[in-house]
Amino acid sequence: MKKMILPVALGAAFAATSLSAATAGTLEDVQERGTLRCAVSTGLAGFSYTDENGKWQGFDVDYCRAVAAAVLGDADAVEFSPTTGKTRFTALASGEVDILSRNTTWTYSRDADLKFTFLGVSYYDGQGFMVKKSLGVTSAKELDGATVCIQTGTTTELNLSDYFTAEGMSYEPLSIETNTEGRANYLADACDVYTTDASGLAASRATFENAADHIILPEIISKEPLGPLVRHGDDQWADIGRWVLNAMKIAEEKGITAANADEMAATSKDPEVKRLLGASGEMGAAIGLNNDFALVAIKAVGNYGESFERHLGTQTKVNLARGLNAVWTEGGLQYAPPFR
Amino acid sequence: MSTSTVPADNSFQLSQLWRDARYRSYTIQIIALVVALSVVMMLIGNAVENLEALGKDFNFGFLFEPAGYDIGQRLVEYTSASGHWKAALVGLLNTLLVAFLACLAATVIGVFVGVLRLSNNWVISRLMAVYIEGVRNVPLLLQILAWYAVFIHVFPKPKQAEPLLGGALVATNRGFYIPGFTYEGAYLAVVAVFLASIAGIFIFRSWAKKRQEETGQILPVGLYSLGLLIVPTAIVYFIAGMPIGLEFPTLKGFNYVGGTKAGTPLIALWFALSIYSAAFVAEIVRAGIMAISKGQTEAAYALGLRPQRTMSLVVLPQSLRIIIPPMISNYLNITKNSSLAIAVGYMDLTGTLGGITLNQTGREMECMLLLMATYLVISLTISAVMNYYNESVKLKGR
Ligand SMILES: N[C@@H](CCC(=O)N[C@@H](CS)C(=O)NCC(=O)O)C(=O)O
Repeated sequence: MKKMILPVALGAAFAATSLSAATAGTLEDVQERGTLRCAVSTGLAGFSYTDENGKWQGFDVDYCRAVAAAVLGDADAVEFSPTTGKTRFTALASGEVDILSRNTTWTYSRDADLKFTFLGVSYYDGQGFMVKKSLGVTSAKELDGATVCIQTGTTTELNLSDYFTAEGMSYEPLSIETNTEGRANYLADACDVYTTDASGLAASRATFENAADHIILPEIISKEPLGPLVRHGDDQWADIGRWVLNAMKIAEEKGITAANADEMAATSKDPEVKRLLGASGEMGAAIGLNNDFALVAIKAVGNYGESFERHLGTQTKVNLARGLNAVWTEGGLQYAPPFR
Repeated sequence: MSTSTVPADNSFQLSQLWRDARYRSYTIQIIALVVALSVVMMLIGNAVENLEALGKDFNFGFLFEPAGYDIGQRLVEYTSASGHWKAALVGLLNTLLVAFLACLAATVIGVFVGVLRLSNNWVISRLMAVYIEGVRNVPLLLQILAWYAVFIHVFPKPKQAEPLLGGALVATNRGFYIPGFTYEGAYLAVVAVFLASIAGIFIFRSWAKKRQEETGQILPVGLYSLGLLIVPTAIVYFIAGMPIGLEFPTLKGFNYVGGTKAGTPLIALWFALSIYSAAFVAEIVRAGIMAISKGQTEAAYALGLRPQRTMSLVVLPQSLRIIIPPMISNYLNITKNSSLAIAVGYMDLTGTLGGITLNQTGREMECMLLLMATYLVISLTISAVMNYYNESVKLKGR
């Protein structure tokens, strides 16, 4: 009698394991669900934050909306998940979200080791330092022995360690999880320096009561190409994300805006514009989308430059110049491959 | 009619598996085993399949790669060039440090509060009740964050801090600094003699106790112990040329350097854990005391013992037997609750191995399994030690 136990149990167990269903492609999942699940940050002015109506806004958020518009035809069909630097990769890897759009730096190990596919660079950034003016510090080289606030699970903490080692300086790390905590510690003088991506520093400073009391030091110690990413293994889904981003950039190059997109689609003589906006060819079908996917996305959030200026540009509180993020024709690095 | 009531044919029917008491327990056990094994197999199969789908393998090699990040509070030498295993070790020691400190403080505060809660003084006992109820009913995470906020806002910035106690304590909003030891030359000899003296004290005490039991003579044990503790160590210290020195914290640049630092994250976490857990300890102690029958106290009074001595010689020793088992689970809770450390940036095991390392290497499975295994070992060790102690104070059958 007892001898039977093991074989029976094993048999049942194997039967049970083989039951777990194979997952369909992400595109089908999203379409079936009717909403796109997009991970953003917990709150960073200009990039992703909730406005007074509780609606998500920002540069990273716009990208999620553009993808939702392209895939589902509805820019509001997005479920946003706020993630910290630490939780974002687990959220994406576990399939809790379909796409991650959260100031995330494209690095070798995130690509090859963490098994994510980066879809392009939506913002060329670099790591900087912010200090209070009253400290009298004017260069990062004077920071020996300082206490530094850093967000855990970021490239920031790795760069910081590299930089101080290379400069032969020491520091005391104070590791915090979110930008909000970092702000609180920095303002209470629990740390002398706050370090993160320069865009993040500008965004945080914009929300300080006395922004003028804080300076961002001239040193930029790293390259931080920020962009959206998806899991390895679903090339179609990666292509969709990549080409929505590219479409936004091409639109800026070609002068297509949210306001004139319909008109351009109907009247433009430029063959690339017509292909992009679905007025000629069968381009959308190749990635499983409608032919006008880019048109719908651009109508929803505008082109790359419009989104930038709306949330981060010099007319906003964050007040960032285009700099490296201008399109290549204007001296920047934003250069999308041709749409053909 | 004397036919047997037991069915003569022993042919086995399937329904007997359930109906017949002889088989039923086997049936239930087999079903339970099959279900449990299937669940385990399903989990393992699922993990293997999903890791494969993600193109990840299962491998602990990452532990030996450089961690790349720095840790503020550490008990052992560690730099960002050390391996992830070292970062995990730093985290583990930090977990043990704060758990140990919090268990200790919670016990001391808890016993105190628990006894005062039973005080005949209405104001005191009410005050203690308010403390216990207030603290027990607010989530611990909020308390940790609140204490942290208090510490970083109330204490002065390093540049404005005034050293206290002649420089022996500096309290800043980044942490507390106390003098640290510096070692040189033959310091090991001093340490060895010191440890030997402590061992000597224990031996002396048990000898003195035995002597008292045999002859009734009482030695001034406290005084002798103190002498034993100080004199030999002091002699060796001076002979060896004062090889152990004190280093005082001094303000240099942005921060105090030198001495020993307990960062605000550690202090705030320790404080919050102790205050919170002490409330539970107090209730356990109160229950333990109330469980001792009043007759014991009355008998002790009748013998002329004063209330304090009655408490410490008659009531508390008996209460210990009731107090210890729930205390074990309380200590386990303190240890596990210490994993909330990350909320205030204290780098414990969850913050290093289960936080930064997991995040930077993407080894969720490996890190989580290691993390759970480590907490399990810590908890089992605490239980084992406490159970051993429990055995030793238990009422022994004679
Ligand atoms: N680019 C870095 C850092 C990303 C990061 O954590 N950025 C901060 C500030 S720029 C942020 O988005 N914080 C928002 C939050 O705390 O949720 C990385 O990918 O590791």
